[in-house]
Amino acid sequence: MLEIKNLHVKLEDEDKVILKGVNLTVEAGKVHAIMGPNGSGKSTLSYVLSGRGGYVVTDGSATMDGHELLGMEPEERAAAGLFLAFQYPVEIPGVGNMTFLRTALNAQRKARGEDEISAGDFLKLVREKAKALKIDADMMKRPVNVGFSGGEKKRNEILQMAILEPKMCILDETDSGLDVDALKLVSDGVNALRDAGRSFLVITHYQRLLDHITPDVVHIMANGRIVKTGGPELALEVEKNGYADLLDAEAV
Amino acid sequence: MAEAKPKDDRTAARLAGLSFANEGWQAPARGDALARLTAMGVPGRRDEYWRYTDPASFNAPEAMAASTAGDGDDRPVFEGIDRLKLVFVDGVFDAAASDPLALDHVEISLLGAAQSDIHWARDLYGVLEARGQVPVKRPFAALGTAFATEGVLLRVTGAVPKPVALIYIHRAETSDAILHHCIRVEPGAEVTILESGPAAARLTKVMEVDVAEGGRFHHIRAQGPDHERRACTHIFARVAGKGLFKSFTLTANGVMTRNEAVIELVGDDAVAHVAGAAVGDGRFHHDDTVFVTHQGQACESRQVFKKVLKNGATGVFQGKILVKPGAQKTDGYQISQSLLLDDDSVFLAKPELEIYADDVKCSHGSTSGAIDETALFYLRSRGVPLKAAQSLLVLAFLAEAIQEIENEEIAEDIQQLLEAWLARHEH
Repeated sequence: MLEIKNLHVKLEDEDKVILKGVNLTVEAGKVHAIMGPNGSGKSTLSYVLSGRGGYVVTDGSATMDGHELLGMEPEERAAAGLFLAFQYPVEIPGVGNMTFLRTALNAQRKARGEDEISAGDFLKLVREKAKALKIDADMMKRPVNVGFSGGEKKRNEILQMAILEPKMCILDETDSGLDVDALKLVSDGVNALRDAGRSFLVITHYQRLLDHITPDVVHIMANGRIVKTGGPELALEVEKNGYADLLDAEAV
Repeated sequence: MAEAKPKDDRTAARLAGLSFANEGWQAPARGDALARLTAMGVPGRRDEYWRYTDPASFNAPEAMAASTAGDGDDRPVFEGIDRLKLVFVDGVFDAAASDPLALDHVEISLLGAAQSDIHWARDLYGVLEARGQVPVKRPFAALGTAFATEGVLLRVTGAVPKPVALIYIHRAETSDAILHHCIRVEPGAEVTILESGPAAARLTKVMEVDVAEGGRFHHIRAQGPDHERRACTHIFARVAGKGLFKSFTLTANGVMTRNEAVIELVGDDAVAHVAGAAVGDGRFHHDDTVFVTHQGQACESRQVFKKVLKNGATGVFQGKILVKPGAQKTDGYQISQSLLLDDDSVFLAKPELEIYADDVKCSHGSTSGAIDETALFYLRSRGVPLKAAQSLLVLAFLAEAIQEIENEEIAEDIQQLLEAWLARHEH
């Protein structure tokens, strides 16, 4: 599904290298988690994959189903099936949540040569998906993320994911700022979307999220590289001993 | 002092081409207005309220030729809205193109035709304009009172069942129109006035609106989409106790537009909202000059002005809230914002507050900025193409002004006009 090879990335405005040769393959239907200390390059990886400006790829590649992602516009990546759940979902005053969702869905369908969804079908779809995430009608009427609590914003991200039905979902610290109940709700939303044709890359600091969304593979990222890869037990090890032990061991 | 002589010359030159028809019931008002105009003179760049807008084309003895063309595929505004149509071609009333002057709860007459004495109009014509000359001089408004021979006189006596639409058509390339409308909203009455279309190559316009106790006045205007229009318009409003005045203007294109609004809240618990959404691309200069005076107690005023500027377009906002002594519990709000879509466009804002009462709430803000890149990326990351995402954010920026239109059908029409304009003017 997603194949990242030797990815090197620096900041556009300064000579700071953030990613220093990331290699990662996420197979269809699998959930991979990336853990790592602050500043290891986790969020940068998610931004570079989704096409945010401000970064320069100096080497390497990232392909999704064999198509090179890095040359595509962000909207082309989305239409191809990539989705980033933001660590900090953006507030957009003046744009209604419903308008936003419908515009996004129809734009993706159009880009794929599909017909636009009818107003009635769209409403039905949103109601069904929103209900599962306990998102009420009022939240849908409000401008995108404006006045939403931290938990509501994250639920709104998962709602977008449920409606847009991407193939490759990247979750960037989706657990940050969530209380226990909200974490459960968001995780249930993600788990409901797991299927053989959909892959996840879950970026997190903590094991906590992985209790709810069980990963197939866990990677540890440090200093711009994947330094260790293992099964779910690797996350538990981090939780118990911290990153320092792991990283020291790597260094030896 | 140094400027006195050229100012006199400019004024004389401006007046030379106009014919002064001093007859009928308006005669005293016209005479007074001409005296006011002569005394103050036409403006120059040194006048405080003309620093950002060059009055040269308004001062010129003749109108510059202006093409009547818009953007090509734009449709007439308010087309689908049931309304009483009053049509002016190059500033002259066109009876054949207009509906009969009959509608429930409103007396309609024409400035040119009303030769007999209309008492209510005599008490209004030039009266609010004259009041609005202090403390800021508005020479072109005095010109409008002195020289207009065309306009409508509306006396609203109840809830008018449908909007009264003033439709302007520009045919002659060098037409120079002067219009003066008077509207009196009697106690408890309510009316919606629509204005649309390019009026002339050059338009000088005055609208005086007198809202009596509990009266409600709604005004929605669409200027444009003619590119070469030069327009200097004024609204003078006086709002009595519990009265409501709401005015919204959409401006699309236009090399030189100055819209002045001078509003006095004279009774208690009165409300005045004045809003504008302006979109300009290239040769575009748009100036909103607003003055709201709070005299009554517990009145609410809102000024909401948004401008989207690209390719060297210029936007100007000069807005003032004056709270007079004794106008306690005033709730004043003013926001002026521009969205600059490139580095060449300019927004000049001069917000002013002058407050002589101690128990008031007045807030104001003015911002100028580019499209929010973070929001743009967020939209694109969900699959919305760049141009569509930009349009969505531009419309979002204008939303606060559009929301000032109460009538949903009219608001939707304005929204569609804006969407079409943005589609034609994509990056």
